[in-house]
Amino acid sequence: MIDWLGPEEWQAVVLSLRVSFWATLLSLPFGIFVAFALARWRFPGHALLNGLVHLPLILPPVATGYLLLLTFGTQGLVGGMLEQLGIVLAFRWTGAALAAAVMAFPLMVRSIRLSIEAVDPKLEEAAATLGASRPWVFFTITLPLILPGVIAGAILAFAKAMGEFGATITFVSNIPGQTQTLASAIYTFLQVPGGETSALRLVALSVLIAMAALLLSEAVARRVARRVGSA
Amino acid sequence: MTLSVSLRHAFDGFDLDVAFEVPEGLTVLFGRSGSGKTTIINAVAGLLTPQSGRIAVGDQVLLDTARGLCRPIHRRNLGYVFQEGRLFPHLTVAQNLAYGDWFARRRQTAISKSAMIEMLGIGPLLGRRPGQLSGGEKQRVAIGRALLASPSLILADEPLAALDDARKAEILPYFERLRDEVAVPILYVSHASAEVARLATTVIALQDGKVLRQGPAAEVLGDPAVMPLGTRGVGAVLEVRVRKHHADGLTELDAAGTALFLPRLPQDVGTLIRVRIPAQDVILSRTLPQGLSALNILCGEVESIRSGDGPGAIVSLRTQAGRVLARITRRSVATLDLAPGVTCHAIVKTVAIAPEDISGQVG
Repeated sequence: MIDWLGPEEWQAVVLSLRVSFWATLLSLPFGIFVAFALARWRFPGHALLNGLVHLPLILPPVATGYLLLLTFGTQGLVGGMLEQLGIVLAFRWTGAALAAAVMAFPLMVRSIRLSIEAVDPKLEEAAATLGASRPWVFFTITLPLILPGVIAGAILAFAKAMGEFGATITFVSNIPGQTQTLASAIYTFLQVPGGETSALRLVALSVLIAMAALLLSEAVARRVARRVGSA
Repeated sequence: MTLSVSLRHAFDGFDLDVAFEVPEGLTVLFGRSGSGKTTIINAVAGLLTPQSGRIAVGDQVLLDTARGLCRPIHRRNLGYVFQEGRLFPHLTVAQNLAYGDWFARRRQTAISKSAMIEMLGIGPLLGRRPGQLSGGEKQRVAIGRALLASPSLILADEPLAALDDARKAEILPYFERLRDEVAVPILYVSHASAEVARLATTVIALQDGKVLRQGPAAEVLGDPAVMPLGTRGVGAVLEVRVRKHHADGLTELDAAGTALFLPRLPQDVGTLIRVRIPAQDVILSRTLPQGLSALNILCGEVESIRSGDGPGAIVSLRTQAGRVLARITRRSVATLDLAPGVTCHAIVKTVAIAPEDISGQVG
């Protein structure tokens, strides 16, 4: 595999996997929380939150990336504060993870929200009458029941993160070994004369990873769904 | 322990204003849909917060709006049997039964787990998931789950309504055993009079958000004012003792000295049972009928006559055996010259007492 891929290509693949993994893992709790809030709670700003979550889906990715740079760049409001804590996101792989997470967030939330809406609140009431407090109801009833949706959402988000390009390149640029993800690497190789073979290899690899992710998600979701069964 | 409830709640042009006490045994909240039954039971459970009221089980106050006190659902120490069972689909039957234990800072159980599994006959189901159970099995598991939470109060919201007659017959005996063996008040919502007649120790009849009548089951169900005219639901309940099983397939019952005959019953001689006599299956006669095939004739005095808008009337007859209701036409009332105080005879065909209207042992 290492022979087959050049060191620069290999770096890009590993970086993309790392970025997508952390992007998915760290955004998952937020995704579940936001999906739950949108599905179950009525509060002022409900429509605003819904819009905000979906914005990256509709906005040009470059615009999202630029907004991230403005906010999380070292000159930015949040970025400045994070820098005080020693956390720098702009032009780092961590920034790429943030960009990927933001871009994948709407897909994740949609998938989880649908599964939460499918859970009968009457089951949660029944759990409460048996002595379970709100958090316990969530962890013992709601979460297990929405698990197929959570897994599907996570894998969808992972796949989206693997392919993210526009926001990433705007926010963290395209530095080989640091912020050059799979998609940016393909783009770079296509700009260089004679880079087509490298680009093709990476494209083939992307297809492989995407297919594997989809098959895995199907298999896991089926397994979980069978375990959860039907009421 | 006693549950005391007083509630006021107004919504969608409907005013609920009730106050009552639920003693030990099985108390049925009885009334048509829209009479406020489910609102009351949900307020007791904490699924709904009424605008004002007070709910207490013994000395445990669950709700007191005057003092701004409302105990959250999970701290009310209930066992709630829902109409649809509401078993957790991702857990096995055993895990569903154990669910209450997970949160127990709890007292000893009123009934041991093995005894309960035995009583409900759900031992063979423990490893299954709810998706693999029949409706009746689900409801048995739901009863067990509610009991194992060692509640100080059991609530049941039409637990049989979603089941067919065969499944109802399967579940009813378990509620009877619950009533007789578990020393916890049971509040049971129903609109099926046969079910009420069979299960209830106490009946609280509701109409349009008010308590219409409350008291011992036989008394309330035999009160024609409680039962809407023109429905099949009207019927008196008599408590009788099995006197003798005859060789010709009949069982002789003793209704306070009067003999009644029913097709062979399974109960032993000496057992006290309840029979419900649907008002529409009773014929009235001013004279003691002769040469009639009907075996059961009860003599009594007309207590009241209620007629509705239609051609029917409900005649309430006080007999030695208890109150008997007859649904006859207004024309017959006039022809027979019936009025309060008049003596007449109620004729009940033996077969008119349907098996589902006969309860097992009375507590």
